[in-house]
Amino acid sequence: MELYHNITINHYLVLAAVLFGMGALGILFRRNAIIMFMCIELMLNAVNISLVAFSKMWNHTDAQVFVFFIMVVAAAEVAVGLAILMMLYRNMHTTDTSVLNKLKF
Amino acid sequence: MEKLVTLIPLFPLAGFLFITFLGKGLSKNFIGGIGSGAIFLSFLVSVLVFTTQMHGAHPTVVKAFDWITAGSFDIDISFLVDPLSAIYLLFITGVGFLIHLYSIGYMHEDEGFNRFIAYLNLFVFFMLILILGDSYLTMFVGWEGVGVCSFMLIGFWYKDMKNNDAAKKAFIVNRIGDLGLILGMCLLFAYSGTLRFDELFISGRAIAGLPNDVATTIGILLFIGAMGKSAQIPLHTWLPDAMAGPTPVSALIHAATMVTAGIYMVARSSNLYAMTESASELIMWAGILTSLMGATIALTQNDIKKVLAYSTVSQLGLMFVALGMGAYSTAVFHVITHAFFKALLFLGSGSVIHGMGGEQDIRRMGGLKKHMPTTHLTFLIGTIAIAGIFPFAGFFSKDQIIAVAFEENKLMFVLGLVVSACTAFYMFRLYFLTFTGKFRGTHEQEHHLHESPAVMTMPLVILAVLSVVGGFIGLPHAVGESMHMHWHWLDHYLDGTVVMPGLHMDLNTELMLMGLATLIAVGGIYFAWTKYVKRGELALEDKDIRSASHKLLLNKYWFDELYDAIIRKPVDGISKAFGSVVEPKIIDGLVEGTGEATGATGGKLRLLQSGSLFFYILLFIVGLIALLLYI
Repeated sequence: MELYHNITINHYLVLAAVLFGMGALGILFRRNAIIMFMCIELMLNAVNISLVAFSKMWNHTDAQVFVFFIMVVAAAEVAVGLAILMMLYRNMHTTDTSVLNKLKF
Repeated sequence: MEKLVTLIPLFPLAGFLFITFLGKGLSKNFIGGIGSGAIFLSFLVSVLVFTTQMHGAHPTVVKAFDWITAGSFDIDISFLVDPLSAIYLLFITGVGFLIHLYSIGYMHEDEGFNRFIAYLNLFVFFMLILILGDSYLTMFVGWEGVGVCSFMLIGFWYKDMKNNDAAKKAFIVNRIGDLGLILGMCLLFAYSGTLRFDELFISGRAIAGLPNDVATTIGILLFIGAMGKSAQIPLHTWLPDAMAGPTPVSALIHAATMVTAGIYMVARSSNLYAMTESASELIMWAGILTSLMGATIALTQNDIKKVLAYSTVSQLGLMFVALGMGAYSTAVFHVITHAFFKALLFLGSGSVIHGMGGEQDIRRMGGLKKHMPTTHLTFLIGTIAIAGIFPFAGFFSKDQIIAVAFEENKLMFVLGLVVSACTAFYMFRLYFLTFTGKFRGTHEQEHHLHESPAVMTMPLVILAVLSVVGGFIGLPHAVGESMHMHWHWLDHYLDGTVVMPGLHMDLNTELMLMGLATLIAVGGIYFAWTKYVKRGELALEDKDIRSASHKLLLNKYWFDELYDAIIRKPVDGISKAFGSVVEPKIIDGLVEGTGEATGATGGKLRLLQSGSLFFYILLFIVGLIALLLYI
């Protein structure tokens, strides 16, 4: 139990920042669309962690409502995003985003 | 009873609509009958209205309909029936009817016959609105309407570019005058809060509160409008060119009715002009200068219609002299007699042109007396009437103007006599060269010569009778007394409607002036007779004219050339400068420059769309961090 008392808001924020940073770097450097997709989810959940932490800290539930919204949006995003990926693979036989640049100037 | 007055403009409008929309395929006589009949019905109602006014009915405002209503602000179309509008109604519909009748004969062979009668009806409609309108605004509607009809009728034979040019000239010159009229109305409204004649001049007398300089400015601005419509210097140049239209148009619009609208407007505003000495003085001077100019130019013109046109300009000038001296009823008197004899002269000249197969040059005429007896006789009566020989109509009205001038301003008196001598001379020059002597045209023309049909000579005869007796509505005191008739009937009739000058002449002066005026006129006629009959001289061919003064007059004092040099050429020059420098360099440069700049920027910016997802997201994150740090 002693251990829990030592955990402050900063721990949560550092965790969220690390997760967010991983997600952002993953987006930046990976080419596989599915991986990038997972990175986005990672970033969203990092935000969720920080929101819940703040909610607990201020004893206020508003932030938790945001979390629910984000989860709903993420679920919707998964539904659409995975469908797009399916179609992409079916037509192009790849999910490598560096190949998918037909719309550049 | 007064409600009937709304019918007066309605008949010509109905005639116009009927002929325009249902007239196709109907016989010319039927169309002519509809057109003339509409005006005749208006004439009958006008007679009724006039009779009630003559027996002393009070001026009434008859509301026709609401025109514009917006909150507390509303304008309605209403008609003012008072002695002035009643007498105008009478001669406009009367002379208008005769001219419609005449047109049936004159335009019979023309392919545009229906269009012609329809335009004439529309013109009469607008003219009646002008006269009946109970405010400057309603009057302005008619004022512009007659302008449009005048434009359409001058350019009636639109296949000849010359006629179109004349029509455009008339329209544009009139616009200049109209600008003055609009500004005058705005100023009047700004200071008095109303444009209605009864509130301004009769019941409320809103006019009384105007400061003197404002009244003068309004007076001058309104007069600029009158200048355009009634062809006064410097806006007179359109009227002689307007003779390009068919002759009945010249008779109706450019002699009898529309051009006297300016005089009507000033007479209607007599209370305003009575307040301002300087505006009246301006009117007087513009009038006498125009009158002298018109009379002298008419001495040398060889086109039968041009002589009459300049004569009209000159007579209109005389009317303005009377207005400027405060003799408003005298000016109206001359308007009425002038409508009779000038319409007669124009229709007579039309009959001559008709008989001559389109020839208008009096140097190619001569000896028409025996070929066209009715035209000759009526034309002679018109000539005597305008020259001012007792007891024809022109004598009394012109004599009254000269008598007023004798009392008010001796210089005007002398100049008026000069005009009157010129008038007698040029009119008899025209008469002698046209109707007496030997025929000077081609054999073909001589063979073709014929008297015009009855539908054309009937109006001539009626107008000739009116030109003889028309003057009796304003007999001078001396004559009226001895003939046991009303003297100055018109002055008494218009008393209270327009401002009256307090003139009281003794009988001897009156008789002396009448004698002098007659002497001057007879002198002019005698001079014309010795020159063109006794010595048998003919008008010179253009190339034989040597003397500078003759050339000056033949070229109408070079007014057109002057306007060309000081207005048209500079405007052309500015347009050319704008067309070759400002338009291609500055305006095109701006417009095309904007397009090119946008295109060039886009060309550079699109390189950012590299297709590399890494690059996009990097920019996105860097941008986001920058934004957060900035906040």
